[in-house]
Formats: sequence, C-alpha cells, structure tokens
Amino acid sequence: MACEVICSAFHATPKYSSNNPARSRIRVIRDPIADIYVPVYAGEYAVAECAGRDKYIIDGKEYDECAFCRASCPSRDVFKEPDSGLPLKCDMCESDPPQEKPLCVQWCLNEALIYEVREEEKENEEKLEELEIGLESLANKYGLHKITDIVTRMSVSKKG
Amino acid sequence: MRYAETGYNLEIDLTRRSIERVATDPIDTELYLGGLGTNAKILWDRVPPEVEAFSPDNLLIFAAGLLCGTPAPGCNRTIVSTISPQTRLMAFSMMGGFWAPELKYAGYDKVILRGKSPELVYLWINNDKVEIRNASHLQGKGAVETEELIRQELNEPKAQVAAIGLAGENRVYFASIEQGRSSASRGGIGAVMGDKGVKAIAVRGTRDINMARPIEFMDLCNKVLAYIKVREENPIPGVMPILAGLGSPQEMKVHDEKWHTENFMWGNSRTRRKDFWNEEIEKNWRVTLESSRIRLISCYNCPMKCAATISVPGYPTYMMKCFSKLTYTMAAFSDLDFGLKIAQQATEFGVDAFSTPQVMAFALELYEAGILTDKDFPGMPSDNEGRFFWLLEKIVRREGIGDILANGTYWAAQQIGNGAEEFAHNNIKKHEQLPLKLSMLNPIYFLMYATGEKMNITQIEGQFPQSAFPTLEEREDFVKDWIQVPDEKFKQYLLDWELRGEKSMPFYPTVEMCCDIVDWQERMHYIDDALGTCSGLSSFPLKPPYHIHNYPEFISSGAGIDMDEARLSQAARRYRTLVRAINIRRGMRRADEKPPENHWKKRFPELEKELLDTYYKFKGWNNEGIPSKESLHELGLDYVSEDFQLRRILTDSEDASSEETSALKEKN
Repeated sequence: MACEVICSAFHATPKYSSNNPARSRIRVIRDPIADIYVPVYAGEYAVAECAGRDKYIIDGKEYDECAFCRASCPSRDVFKEPDSGLPLKCDMCESDPPQEKPLCVQWCLNEALIYEVREEEKENEEKLEELEIGLESLANKYGLHKITDIVTRMSVSKKG
Repeated sequence: MRYAETGYNLEIDLTRRSIERVATDPIDTELYLGGLGTNAKILWDRVPPEVEAFSPDNLLIFAAGLLCGTPAPGCNRTIVSTISPQTRLMAFSMMGGFWAPELKYAGYDKVILRGKSPELVYLWINNDKVEIRNASHLQGKGAVETEELIRQELNEPKAQVAAIGLAGENRVYFASIEQGRSSASRGGIGAVMGDKGVKAIAVRGTRDINMARPIEFMDLCNKVLAYIKVREENPIPGVMPILAGLGSPQEMKVHDEKWHTENFMWGNSRTRRKDFWNEEIEKNWRVTLESSRIRLISCYNCPMKCAATISVPGYPTYMMKCFSKLTYTMAAFSDLDFGLKIAQQATEFGVDAFSTPQVMAFALELYEAGILTDKDFPGMPSDNEGRFFWLLEKIVRREGIGDILANGTYWAAQQIGNGAEEFAHNNIKKHEQLPLKLSMLNPIYFLMYATGEKMNITQIEGQFPQSAFPTLEEREDFVKDWIQVPDEKFKQYLLDWELRGEKSMPFYPTVEMCCDIVDWQERMHYIDDALGTCSGLSSFPLKPPYHIHNYPEFISSGAGIDMDEARLSQAARRYRTLVRAINIRRGMRRADEKPPENHWKKRFPELEKELLDTYYKFKGWNNEGIPSKESLHELGLDYVSEDFQLRRILTDSEDASSEETSALKEKN
C-alpha cells in the first residue's frame, strides 16, 4: 500500500534510497473479500506476548486476535526490521527533520488517514480533579460530616 | 548494486523440478528496459518458431515491470508472456494488483517457467526460499478460492497469489490468471499455465528495493500525485464520462452506460441498439450496482479505485473492474444483475471476459441458424440466462460442445464447419475483439487494429482523442494544457480535425498523421508494459500523469540508467520490433493484418492499402510487414536479421521471399 511504501522509504538511510513495506511503521490489514481495511501504526515494544488472546467480531466482521495491536511483539513479524528483528516505532514523522504531516497521511490520496493536532487540557483543571477525587474518597471512608468538622476546625485555628 | 530492478530471475524447470536463481545482465535493462521488453528478448532467444504453445519447451514468463516496487504511483503490473495456443503467436497479458511488487520485494524480476509438471503443483516464493508444492488438493478449485486456501495453508496472510481456475486447468484457450482484483486475461496464458501443471504462484517478500537518485525520484512521484489530484478535479469536457478521468475506465463508479450500450454491439458482436438506454433501465441498473457494490478499491500504491468488491445476494463476494461489467450482459441481451452474477462464476473459473461472452453468444447463434442442433446441447435450459450459465459450465470443463467452444470462435468454427466460419466474424489473427462495429472507417484505428501485436485495441489506443471535437473552441481548450504530446505538431493535427467536411474521417487525419499518432499511442503502451506502470495512469486515458517527457527521468533516477526521450523511444522501438520479429518468425504476414471485414460499414480499400503501405515504411518494415535489414541494424537487432536470413524470411533483395509466405500460411 502507498503508506507502507512511503513510510519505509522516508525512514531509509539515506532518505528514500530504498523502500520495503516490511520495514514500514504503518501496516494495513487488508482483506477485500471480508471488506476489512485497517491501518495500524507501530507503538510500544512488548517484551512478551499477551496470554489469553481472542478474535474480535465488530460490525459482523471477524478480526484476528492481534489485529489492532500496535506493539512490536515476539509473537509476530510486524513492526520489526525483517533482517535484524529490531523493533520499529512510529514517530509521526516528527523528527529528522520534522514534517508538516506524516508521510503516510500525505501519500494516501483516498484520505483514509487523518492527522489532527489536539488541544491539551490546562493544568489547573487537572489539579482540581485530583482534589475532588481525594476529598470524595475521604468522604466515602469517614463520612462528609466528619470532613466538614475537621476543615472548620483547621480554618478556625489558622485564623487564630 | 542494481537499482529499481533486483537483478535476478527465477528459472524453474517443472519437468526436472529444478529451481535456479539467475543473475541478469544490466545491459539488457538498458536495451530492453524490463517487463515486456526483456520478456520478448527471452522468448526470441529461447523459443524457436517450431515450439507450440503446449510444448514443454514453451516458456511462461511472469515479469514484474522495471519500476514495480518503487514508490512510483500505479507501478504494480505483472506482464505474463508466452506463446498463445489460440493465435500461435506471442501472447502478452498484463495484470495490476499486488503480485509484481511482492515478487520484487522477494528479490526477483521474473519467474520463468519451462517444462511441464505431471502433477498439479503450486509455487511458493518467499525471499530466498522457493518451493514447488503439491496442489492436488486444489484441483478444480476456483481461482479466488485458491488464493485464500494457499494463504491459510502457508499461514501467510500477506502472501500474494496468482492462480488459475478450472478453465486454466482444462487448457481453455481463453483461460485467465487471476490475482485478487486483477486478471491477466487474454491470449490463453491461463491455458499454458494449466498445461504446465501450475495451479498457482504464491509470493511473499520482505527485501529492500533501491533507488539510484532517491530525492529526484521522490520529487517526480510527488509531482505525479499532485497532477492526479488536479486532473481528477478537472475531468475533460466534451468526451464520454469514462474517458474524462484517469484510471482504468471507471466502470465500477459510473452509472451512465448510454455510450456503451448504444454504441457497442450486443449478442455475438451482432446487434446495435441505438435507443436502448432509458430512464427505467438507468434506474434498475443503478439500483443493481449500488446494492451489489460494497466498496471501490485500488491496486498497490495507486489511488484510483478502479475496481470494486461485488456481492450479489446468493453469490460469494468477488472483485471486478472495467468492461467485464457489461460484456456478459450485452452478449446475452440481458441486464446488469445477470452480468454481475455470471461474472462471479467466470472469475472463479478464470476466463477472459472479452472472449467468453462472445464464444457463448456465437454458440447460440449457430444453434439458431441450425448449424448446431439440439443434440449438441443436451440438457441446456430453455431460458436465455440459463443457457449462458450452462454454456459456461460446459466450456470450462471442455464437455461436449464445450470442448470445441473452449478453443475460441475461430477454431470452433473451423471444427464445426458447415458455414460456421461466417459467424466467427469478430476476430483478428484468430483472437476475439471488442464487440464494436461502427459505421465510418477510422484511419487511426484501422492501423491499430491491423498492426497491434497485442491484438486488443484497448492496449494500443489512448493518447489521441477518439473523435474530433465539434468546435474550434473546444479543440483550443483541449490543446492549451496538452503537455503530454511528444511534439507540437500533434496539437495542430487535433486543431484542424473536424467532424464533417474535408478535414474529417476517413481522409483526415492524413495517412502521414495517422502514422505519427499510432506510433505515439503504441509507444506509450510499450513503455508502460516494460516499466510495469498501469496504463490507467499513462497510455490509456487522455492527459495522463506519466508521459514521454517525465518517463526518462523516472527511469534515470530510479534505475540509474542514462535515459532521455530519444533513447527511451529507441528502446521502446527496439523491443516492439522484437515482438514483431517473434511473430513474423512464427508465420505472421501482411495478409493477417486486417480488422474484421464488417468492422466498419464504410470501408475504403484503396485508402486502407495506402495506410498500411505507408505505415509499414514508416516503421521500417517491408511490404509484407517484415522489419527490414536496415531498420533492424539501426535498432541493434542484427541478430534478428541474421536469423531471418537463415530462415529465408529476408533475402538480400528488398522483397520478402514469397514462397516462404505461402508455405507458412498453409501451416496455419
């Protein structure tokens, strides 16, 4: 597939000097008769395989047990260099030099891949959540009444 | 280091069960490029004219084009070459899909099969590991079924498998080789594969393919992709829908079939139905296509989505593209629903969707005419569609009348006799043609039909519009961004071309202009077939992204060969001439080079003679269509003229040896 070709080419040294879909950080699960087309891009390195895997059935289509997994794993060949076995990981083409959009997204003219930048949450709000979770857990354990008592006592003693 | 190509062919002897990995000579790449070009060289060198199609000495070559497996968009074609059992000449058939790039990634440019295996086998090519494996359990299985079975058996979901169905196993002369959504259909190559006892070839490769000047190459690729985007947003005005865009004709996407159904012939290329297309039919066929079509899909590294997965209720899912959508429908005077159903069966059996419908319609015509009778069709149903299903089953099994029909209309007619020859009226060089019978002679098409070695108009036409634009405005609009022309003069040819009057067919474009136009169109196809580029992005549509000006750069930066337009044209001319030489050596002459008698209502024998005379001279061939000693020398093909002289095909005098021609004609 075009994404696999361009990904492997971009990451070749020197750049583009060769291509090999087996070295691609993005792979497409393609089964046209079953109407399955799923792009998966390389993620973490797994030291050991999962135990207790099973097939998935989504919308009437059956997917293999490892289909959606992004890991470079001892149980399979994908997301590894075919000769050395070294793991591959997708870096969204953000380094060496950083690209505006990952190459796979640029080369898929059928727009099957979408690259979006998402806003990050503000830190303050996170801290509040932590606080809420903490208080809620204390209230569950000791009762809200007791917590209110202690807080009132603390604010009074601080004033004094 | 070799660039773009791998530098190795796989030589497999099926009789001795030997497998060799043979390094190729880089000089051959410079001279013949690859794909069809180097296939022709191998067939010339190793298959003498005495060797018949079903001889163990016939070679069946599967070639990946020179640029397959590089990032060049749409470069994914396999070029299969052999001797055809039907035409007795060289057959070459192409398929897209995923097989050729996989072969390159496995480390091979070609798989060359010789000999025959007494048991049915399949080949498993996995990088360095190549095996000949038992396929007796796959006997009789459908071509598409076999792909999945082999993938499961080998536990290789990513293996690409090219397989024959029952038709190939039974050596039907129009058996195809199927691979996913693609099919190498014509010329009987499937029959040769079956004859050699090979059910399928499975490939899986994980090796690198190298580029000589990577940054330059990628820049060219990016420009092609950008052009595709622009071209798709700006379809060409004033031409029928399937010629307005890029890709193989987008038959799976387009609903408007007025042009095909009213201009192409129904039945055994017999009847024109000028007022066929109406609102009701449009609605019915739209509903049929939309409900059966699951998704539009592309080949390897191509965005065009010319094919579709088709699932008609009650039939297994399969994949289809292009004109096979209509060929069965129209041969049977039926509807799209029937066409999609029978095409599923045909795909599993592995038969060519151009020849098969015509063969079946031909059989029914003979039945209606009383030349074949009830006893030839025992058990055939009485309903129209049922008959076609019945005939298909008989043909692929070579049972009863099917055994005769399985040889194609030409040979079947000879065998049946009794006036049947009249009904085999749509052949060129014994090979079925597109079901088209028009009224006014088109001089460009006359030359292409007569002299095309592929014997299939769709694989020689493309770059020049099929008819004149009505107004000067439209013509000027067309030529203003026509960057693909090799020379400005082609623009003038189009600007002066009119629908009626002095500057119209058949006398305009003039004989000389026709030579230029045909030569250009043919050359682009030949280049595509060596590089492995899909003609849907190159030689077939109008204003394609690949053309004579950027191709040399692709070859230079990809393969590292010094290439410019002149050298590229010369190379294309060289192996095109080699293909002709192979056919001449097998007995083809001027007398064979003619379109079907009734192809146009209005024929012009004197003009046609002038066209062929002039074109032969233009190509450097003598008046029998044999390349002259001088033109062979100019192309570096002295070894061909030496061989011709030994065989007395060329003598030292200008004319061909006439005794040779009549002797060879008798043999045919």
